[in-house]
Amino acid sequence: MAKKRIAALLSAAVLACSLSITGFGATQETEAGSDIKTASSGETVEFVVGIPQDLDDSLDPYQITAAGTREVMFNVFEGLVKPDPDGNFVDAVASSHEISEDGLTYTFTVRDGVIFHNGAQCTADDVLYSFETCAASTTSTAVAGALSDIADISADGNVVAITLNAANSSFLSTVSSVSIVPKDYDSQATAPVGTGPFRFVSRSVQDKVVFERNDDYYGEKPALSKVTCKIYEDNNALFTAVDSGALDMAFHLTVDQVNNLTNGYNVIEGEMNLVQALYLNNAKAPFDDVKVRQALCYAIDVDAILALTEDGHGAKLGSSVYPSFSKYFDESLVDAYPYDPAKAAELLNEAGASGLSFTIKVPGNYTPHVNTATVIVELLAAAGVNASIEQVDWQTWLSDVYQGRNFEATVIGFDAAYLSPDALLQRWVSTDGSNMIGYSNPDYDEALAKAQSTTDDSEQTEAYKAAAKILSDTAANVYIQDLADFVALNPEFTGYEFYPLYAVDFSKISPA
Amino acid sequence: MKQLGKKLFTLIITLLIVSLLAFLAFQIIPGDPTTKMLGTNATPEKAAQLRSQLGLDRPVFVRYFEWLLHFVRGDLGISYTYKMQVSEMLSDKLPITVLLTVLSFLLTVLIAIPLGIAAGRIKNRWVDHAVLIADQLLMAIPPFFFGILACFLFGIIFRFFTPGNFIPPSEDLGASLSYLLLPALSLALPRIAMTVKMLRGSIQDELTQNYVYTARSRGLSQWGILRRHVLRNAMIPVITFLAVSAAEIMTGTIIIEQVFTIPGVGRLLLSSIGSRDFPVVQAIVVIMAAWIVIVNFAADLLNFLIDPRRRAG
Repeated sequence: MAKKRIAALLSAAVLACSLSITGFGATQETEAGSDIKTASSGETVEFVVGIPQDLDDSLDPYQITAAGTREVMFNVFEGLVKPDPDGNFVDAVASSHEISEDGLTYTFTVRDGVIFHNGAQCTADDVLYSFETCAASTTSTAVAGALSDIADISADGNVVAITLNAANSSFLSTVSSVSIVPKDYDSQATAPVGTGPFRFVSRSVQDKVVFERNDDYYGEKPALSKVTCKIYEDNNALFTAVDSGALDMAFHLTVDQVNNLTNGYNVIEGEMNLVQALYLNNAKAPFDDVKVRQALCYAIDVDAILALTEDGHGAKLGSSVYPSFSKYFDESLVDAYPYDPAKAAELLNEAGASGLSFTIKVPGNYTPHVNTATVIVELLAAAGVNASIEQVDWQTWLSDVYQGRNFEATVIGFDAAYLSPDALLQRWVSTDGSNMIGYSNPDYDEALAKAQSTTDDSEQTEAYKAAAKILSDTAANVYIQDLADFVALNPEFTGYEFYPLYAVDFSKISPA
Repeated sequence: MKQLGKKLFTLIITLLIVSLLAFLAFQIIPGDPTTKMLGTNATPEKAAQLRSQLGLDRPVFVRYFEWLLHFVRGDLGISYTYKMQVSEMLSDKLPITVLLTVLSFLLTVLIAIPLGIAAGRIKNRWVDHAVLIADQLLMAIPPFFFGILACFLFGIIFRFFTPGNFIPPSEDLGASLSYLLLPALSLALPRIAMTVKMLRGSIQDELTQNYVYTARSRGLSQWGILRRHVLRNAMIPVITFLAVSAAEIMTGTIIIEQVFTIPGVGRLLLSSIGSRDFPVVQAIVVIMAAWIVIVNFAADLLNFLIDPRRRAG
């Protein structure tokens, strides 16, 4: 009797162990099963994407702050116009738009048959409501600023006319940032409703976000019927998951990861669309001296950084504009400061700063920035500059370095929240609240103001370029690179396209 | 009954203190929820605006008591970052962590007790040595290290599972359990070692007691003595230890969930601390503290029932 009982206990333990073995087998089977499911094309095409960060954010389009949330919600929300992969604005909720000669009046015709994800018809009323709500509540100062310059907005039938106080030729980018939402719908933060090609279905914290095809979409209907974004906050976990075939796509992979990819997925290379630089506290000695900053530019060999950290991928910058912003990117600035340690030493000497030593604060959770900082320290050592790295957590970085401006130098990447050079350049205006480095240059302020008020497109482009050149000339920062961005895509699918801003467009992906 | 009332009082006081400490800790560490929410687009004006929107511009104690008032009424509040009801967020996560805890505890009991009894009965110098060494080794290695090792070995090398590819129990309980087995085992191993060591020592101690000789002289079999007399006494310290283990396993899940990327309460806790999402942190801390106090209380109660000496006293 007693023996039986103990035998039962032991066999239970054995059973638990054997369960584990069969259990693992089962996991693999379901993975294989999901592959078969996705392979069948036609009406229901399910697609599983690994995303590298949680959507730990409000999903309200005007409250979204994280780039990672924005790039996924790109599929749900649309403005009257929206950016295409080339960075042009194409009509979305509007079926056509017109800009008056003087650049003051924008007329949009609201497209017929645009239906919100909650089934409501989109009308000019919703458009007015969206502009009003966005102006009142957006977390983007740039968008709020541009919207506050609207003199009048009114609707006549399905035509919405916006009159500005002053011409602003990048106003279309602001319009694209105003997602059109249904009037008086108040659950956007957790159950967002837009007009985009995909509708939001559900979100499970730290687990996944699910989207489904918007069958009422006015444009070309997406090929994918369901997109599940699985969240992998651990980059290695994301890699193992995609390599095992459990995912159809993963983005923001590093060069090391794609080199180690063994499952035959297609690798698509693009750029992250951010300005990685050694940002220098221009308000603090010795970096208030332009010669010291220039010396650091000469002392840092950007090619070496690219070779060592990115295996030669990535794109050099030269200023605060990244290359996929091709219209405003000035190629000639890239090599404005060729690697020249002797010249660096000479400049430091002139500035009376030889034997310079300083600390680079880096957010330790961003490996690419830590890697870049590590190479910078080595390069500077060769030029006789003694730099050291202090790794801090992201919160500390934000509150101490970014908001507190309590730093000497830092490596970080700034992205563009919307498709306008202002998103990258406005920051360095001397009075701007997000001017982390305390860059204060009246010439620059003037140049940027001029660019913003110019109405002629080509003149304006030149003016933005001129502003960016001032940043380079005065060595505001040591500009490093736009990091390479790799996407691994199941060969059964095709159509992934990079955008010049944070956006992952699921509507373009289709079975191969 | 009087004791129960006393315990309940202790429970409430403990939870109050824990929640207050967690709250105050947030005042000391740098940054507040607005820091991460606004990220690199923050300006002092925007931060101030958001702070007043979230009510963060009011005095600490006002906020604490407001939270407390809502909490006792069962309202856990709304997450600063996700804008979701905290209770809704936890309802997804708690089952996962509870499953992991239960699985780990079951593994501990199911493996350790038979092993401990077996080890207690065998009197062999070599077996003794082997058990001792294995015990010391397993006790010395922390669960997260086992976890990393298991991930590497079974996940990366043998590919038995895909680290990070956790399937929630609501979708497929079997797949979920099989994923949780290794983390549960990682958490259980040091406790198994400790339980075996304890049970073995306790049995061997009891076996030298006079009552054992008496029982033997009455003609009882060795197994009969063990089962009827020795085990009953030997289990007393072990049960207390297992109860404490149940509490420890729950807190241990915080780390092991990171190692195996399991989207449970522990992961949510750490990320919420990172984003200074106070309502979420506070809810989790109080739940965990309550669990620890309750489990300890249950251990006391069990001892009370098993040990006639305590019942009499």
